[in-house]
Amino acid sequence: MGGFYIDWSGELVAFFAFAVVMIVGAVLMLTLTKVVHMVASLAAVFLGLGGMFVVLEAEFVAFTQVLLYAGAVTILLIFGIMMTDHQAVQREPVRPAHEIVSAVASIVLFGILFYAIRTTEFAPSAPPLQAGVDNAMEIGKQLYTQHVIPFELVSVLLTVAFIGAIVIAKKEAE
Amino acid sequence: MLSSYLTMAAILFCIGLYGALTKRNAVIVLMSVELMLNSVNLNLVAFSKYGVVPSLTGQIFSLFTISVAAAEVAVGVAILIALFRSRGSANVDEFNEMRR
Repeated sequence: MGGFYIDWSGELVAFFAFAVVMIVGAVLMLTLTKVVHMVASLAAVFLGLGGMFVVLEAEFVAFTQVLLYAGAVTILLIFGIMMTDHQAVQREPVRPAHEIVSAVASIVLFGILFYAIRTTEFAPSAPPLQAGVDNAMEIGKQLYTQHVIPFELVSVLLTVAFIGAIVIAKKEAE
Repeated sequence: MLSSYLTMAAILFCIGLYGALTKRNAVIVLMSVELMLNSVNLNLVAFSKYGVVPSLTGQIFSLFTISVAAAEVAVGVAILIALFRSRGSANVDEFNEMRR
């Protein structure tokens, strides 16, 4: 027989379903003309990525992804659009040379990455991580023991960033 | 299975790179950067399950990446609003004071 044999496991089917959603969303984000539609298709990409995290048995990361990206970041970007260009429509490209060079650069980068992924021999590893049962509890334990200093630093970073964002976006007193 | 996830992340990263290089609206550029950051998260979680040494550290790393990206979006949108207020435009090719 030989040839190309694919073992259609449930993980592979779910992977392809989410991959189709993500690629269609990402391509639509580039090709749609109204900015609000672009944000909606970006939300589809974020939701697909959350589903892919569930397939990878990273439930806590998946729900963080849905809450933070598909919820907060999407809403924040919509507010950014409302505060800048209301009826924003992407204008016709005025620099085709620039676009062609960018497309060639992206495709060449993808070619290099694809070649590297295909030719690398990943060492036969231990059996894959089974983190599905108590995933959130295990992550919480590690966050508060091993990684407690980066955790506190991130909380300081978030506070500083949000106060800074408010100060920057505030109307200046004349 | 690992290489499928890595290829998926590479596709997302390249689409995001093309968007960040070609789009003129600064909000769209910010969205493309978010797409690239997300593809890195996919790599981290995939290696945390199928890597040579599978462990939870990859997922914890991706949680840190997500929170730093959230801070980045908030500051980015705030800077955009301030720029739009002073310049009346949200196109990245009109913000060229540093070049003069």
